[in-house]
Amino acid sequence: MKHIISALVQNKPGVLAHTAGMFAARAFNIDSLAVGRTDDPSLSRMTIVVIGDDRVVEQVRKQLAKIVSVVKVQDFVGQDVVARDLMLISIAAPPDKRPEILALIEMFNAKVVDTTPKSVMVEVCGPESKIEAFMDSCRPYGIKSVVRTGTVAMARQGGSQQNSNS
Amino acid sequence: MAESSSPGAGATSEPTGTQGCQIIVDMLIEQGVEVMFGYLGGVVLPLFDKLYDAPIRFIIPRHEQGGCHMADAYARASGKVGVVVATSGPGATNLVTGLATAMMDSIPIVAFTGQVRTELIGNDAFQEADTTGITRPVTKHNVIVKDVNELAQTIREAFYIASSGRPGPVLIDIPVDVQIKRAVVPPPTKIKMPGYHIRTKGHSRQISMAAKAINESQRPVLYVGGGVILSGASEELRKLALKANVPVTTTLLGLGSYDQSRAESLDMLGMHGTAYANYAVQESDLMIAIGARFEDRVTGKIKDFASKAKVIHVDIDPASISKNVRADIPVVGDAKQILVELTEAVEHRDRTEWFEKIGEWKSKFPVTYDREANTIKPQYVIEELYRQTEGNATIVTGVGQHQMWAAQFYRYDRPRQFITSGGLGTMGFGLPAAIGAQIALPDQVVIDIDGDSSFNMTLTELSTAVMYDLPVKICLLNNGYMGMVRQWQELFYGKRYSQSSLKNPDFATVAKALGAVGIKVEKKKDVPKALGKMLAETRPCLVDFHIDREENVWPMVAAGKAIHEMDGLDIFESMA
Ligand SMILES: Cc1ncc(C[n+]2csc(CCOP(=O)(O)OP(=O)(O)O)c2C)c(N)n1
Ligand SMILES: [Mg+2]
Repeated sequence: MKHIISALVQNKPGVLAHTAGMFAARAFNIDSLAVGRTDDPSLSRMTIVVIGDDRVVEQVRKQLAKIVSVVKVQDFVGQDVVARDLMLISIAAPPDKRPEILALIEMFNAKVVDTTPKSVMVEVCGPESKIEAFMDSCRPYGIKSVVRTGTVAMARQGGSQQNSNS
Repeated sequence: MAESSSPGAGATSEPTGTQGCQIIVDMLIEQGVEVMFGYLGGVVLPLFDKLYDAPIRFIIPRHEQGGCHMADAYARASGKVGVVVATSGPGATNLVTGLATAMMDSIPIVAFTGQVRTELIGNDAFQEADTTGITRPVTKHNVIVKDVNELAQTIREAFYIASSGRPGPVLIDIPVDVQIKRAVVPPPTKIKMPGYHIRTKGHSRQISMAAKAINESQRPVLYVGGGVILSGASEELRKLALKANVPVTTTLLGLGSYDQSRAESLDMLGMHGTAYANYAVQESDLMIAIGARFEDRVTGKIKDFASKAKVIHVDIDPASISKNVRADIPVVGDAKQILVELTEAVEHRDRTEWFEKIGEWKSKFPVTYDREANTIKPQYVIEELYRQTEGNATIVTGVGQHQMWAAQFYRYDRPRQFITSGGLGTMGFGLPAAIGAQIALPDQVVIDIDGDSSFNMTLTELSTAVMYDLPVKICLLNNGYMGMVRQWQELFYGKRYSQSSLKNPDFATVAKALGAVGIKVEKKKDVPKALGKMLAETRPCLVDFHIDREENVWPMVAAGKAIHEMDGLDIFESMA
């Protein structure tokens, strides 16, 4: 099962290496990892998507919390969260296919951010399922390149906090 | 200005405050450090210059690995934090085995490494290594200090992290220019780190659930690990075991936490544990794990481990709980406090039937060996050592068969009496660890029961023992084999002893050449006298016992077997 884990970490050199090294050393299976600063310049937020049974994910959470520069760890499982992924995708778009592709883009509420005579670059944002669906729909035209941020997530206000752990 | 490592070098441009190298020494003194271990090199010269005048005893090993094991065993023997220093590059990489050894056994060490000048970092400078990168997986925490203003607080935090919670090694990497620059040291304050919290007090509801489970249990077993020793909770453990009337088995690292001469002691469990401990675990309806982590050498086939039992797991490290075996009643916190509260909450129960059953196993399967043999049996040497030292020596070991015999045939009745590399199983630990322990315990008899191959790895430290006039004793159980490996080759590889024997030097001669006393013993009848001589000796002394070469460690749970499926019990029965 997929779990989204959110870790607040100190914004210090070596924290990412420490975290990534721990995942590798303990053979945890990481689906995606996104890191960015928070409103507090001394803290960063890592959002980690882990695949595993509850026992594995519990270990991931505990081992993360054990790292001295990791301040707080939350497993969002069972919580009402907003999860988003951002993808930039470049699709082959010869003139005869272009109208079809543009219709597809509109259907997915995506955005064209760059065009060349042969291709379009599209920005898609949304839950992972939407990103995957869009990518699948583009495949017949030819995907030239894909970049994704990995999932970031936040619990909705009033969502249960029972899985939080510092 | 940073071209030179001379201590005065930074002074002209930054005239106020204390130099980094002096800050290190001041912090060591503030932390109460009396002894440290370490080795010199270019980028730690500023620090060593300040150590010249410092009221701290300094021990130079012959190799940084030895220095790290010394600091480790000093910590194991004294309960204080061990301190080790090394230079950058090769000095730092030589620490890795020692740090990993301490990490696996949760031993508090603070290691200082020098680093190349800040502006050279990343340039493949002379003797540069990514020390924090290399040591990250083998330390509880590590950090490079690039700003001298952060040095003092970082050192204070390092000692706190190393010694609190589940202890472990912490490494601080300090570029040479940071040792030379100056900063004003803030007064010590209560340490607060946003990401480091320790829960010492157990949850009271969990504790009462645990007490209830103990009261209701018919066949409980206390399964005790090194955590009880680290927590200083032996007395509290004894009180719980006696009040609740529960037998106690320990891991290798837990030996000494419970007096083995007591009837309710089941001795060690696991791969080379006693049959009565392993049977008791398998038959138990309640496992009370305290400061132990269900490691595979203990559990054997995990699915079949204590499969009839409910599990209470007390540990200060939440990540240890339910890692290998799911705990029915987890209690996170410090063993000592939790044991006190548990003892208050439990009631005495009559468990005559359970203890009778255990008594039967004990009389049927004592750990024994062929006492009539004409060869020198290693077990005999240890029993004789036990007799002559009246069970009072502090025993240190290498890794292999001799380590298991030392666990089985010496009997431990106090915490910190048995010092061994359990988690990592580091050959070569014995001699340097005996030196570290002897420094912590100057008035006690410290004996390294070692194997020939293990001893070969770090025997150079005999010079260290001679240099500092330490009366360490080495009881070498020399079978001319990597005995434990040979045993596995005998049992699982059709006696094909591939590369498992070495041509050894004459160890007694080596000892003499290094300035120690060396005695060689080849006949059984000479064993008692040689041991007597060794014990009377005030200089470092090695006795090289040429033991029965193909003696095996029994009983044994083969890899993948459940712990009641022991081999070798028939051998015991035939000798009983
Ligand atoms: C540094 C290191 N290398 C290899 C091993 C694997 N190993 C475990 S026991 C052993 C043999 C030990 O031989 P010896 O020290 O003579 O002890 P004996 O088993 O003969 O008593 C070896 C090679 C180890 N534990 N540590
Ligand atoms: Mg040997």
